[in-house]
Parts: sequence; C-alpha cells; structure tokens
Amino acid sequence: MCNQTVSLVAAELERRGIATVVVQLLRFIAEKVQPPRALLVPFKHGFPLGEPKNPELQREVIAAALRLFEDADAEPPLLTEFRPPGQSPI
Amino acid sequence: MADLSELSLPLRLFLKAYPWRRIDPIPWVIPDKPVSQSRLALVTTAGFSAPGQAPFDEGFKGGDYSFRIIPDGIDLGALEEHHRSEAFDHRGLAADPNLVFPRDRVHELEAAGKIGSINHRHLSFMGSITAPGRLRSETAPEAAKLFKEDQVDLALLVPV
Repeated sequence: MCNQTVSLVAAELERRGIATVVVQLLRFIAEKVQPPRALLVPFKHGFPLGEPKNPELQREVIAAALRLFEDADAEPPLLTEFRPPGQSPI
Repeated sequence: MADLSELSLPLRLFLKAYPWRRIDPIPWVIPDKPVSQSRLALVTTAGFSAPGQAPFDEGFKGGDYSFRIIPDGIDLGALEEHHRSEAFDHRGLAADPNLVFPRDRVHELEAAGKIGSINHRHLSFMGSITAPGRLRSETAPEAAKLFKEDQVDLALLVPV
C-alpha cells in the first residue's frame, strides 16, 4: 500500500506547485495509480533504495530519481526503470 | 522490481482485488530551476516518529493517515518505526534508516553540488493505508501547505 500512499501524497504536492518523484516497488500499482513521476526499482519490499549500509547504491538510486526532474520532454505519468550500475538495458 | 510472489497468497489476492485510487487528471509541475539550485524535502512512508511524538496507531482501521515532522538534523538512531505491515522485512530499515529515509544520502548529494539545499524538515507517513480518503482530503494537503511555507521546490517520496 505504500506505493499508493506515496503517489497520492505526491499528487497533492504537485497540485500545490511542488515537483515530485516517487520510488515505486511494484509496476502494476504505479500503472494503476499513475503518480506524476516514478522511478521503478528492482528491489524487494522494505528495501526501496537497494541495500542497508550501501550508501553508493542508495545515492545511485536517488540520483536516478532526481534525473527525472530534468527530462524537459517528459509528460505524466512518467515511469522509468532504475537499472543498477553495470546492468545493461534489455 | 519487487515481486508479488514474495508476498503471502492472501495479500496477493487482496492487492489484485483492491480498488486502486487512480490519479486523474495527473498534476504536473515543470521545475523552473535545476535540481542543483533547488530545495529538496523527503517524504517516507516508513511510519517513523521522532522522540516525543506519538507513534502511529497500528490498529487504526483503514490505516493511520497522519504524518510526523522529522527534523533534518535528527539522530536517525532515535527514530522509532511503527509500520503495521508484516509484508516486508523490517530489519533492513532497522539496520539503516537511510534505506527508507535517505537523509544522509541527500546531504551527500548536496555536498557534491547535485542538490541545491535540503529542507530543515521532512515528513513520515505510515504507508499501509487501505482507506486513503482522509489522507487525500486532510493530511496530504496539510503536508503540501507545510512544504510550501518552507519554499520546498522538489520532493523525493520513498515507500517501503
């Protein structure tokens, strides 16, 4: 349910003029709820930013999320997959 | 991504039958300055509360829709977690609160010039809310008002 909760809060922030990006753990929820900007991560529940005590990976995820703010051609809903460093796109 | 197969069968069935709230129309803010010049705030749904704050009510029917203000300068070890879901392993966030509330990580990115500034306060909700009516009508608008007062430009929201 967290995936929906962050999305609904994000939508309200956007309505008030604050740009948002949410991390999402389940694609099917992101597609149903439609948060404005979402980074879909390949991690299990409880581990949205990768691994505990792995600051480098956590920063990579956050940096990927922040890049969504700088996509000048983006339109909502923007759903982008995070690929861990070293993993080639399919 | 997280897989439905890691969840119990009753939970999988619940999620498949649940009436998800679709955001329509989708609000959209185009930032008017780069991230490197913007003020960022965090929102987590980990159910964190700071010392002296009432914990989230894990027995609240439909899910506790309140939020807690988390000062940016807080000792992360002082945060208490009261997330009612048993669908995830809580040991990760117990070992490292940055996993779900990346306060240190965004400050590192700020120091590296990637983020303009970090807001002096952030928010924690408790994400297991199956009845989000009052979240949408009361507490999410309150959260937005608070961040607007702080002149927050961007928000990063992290579920668990």
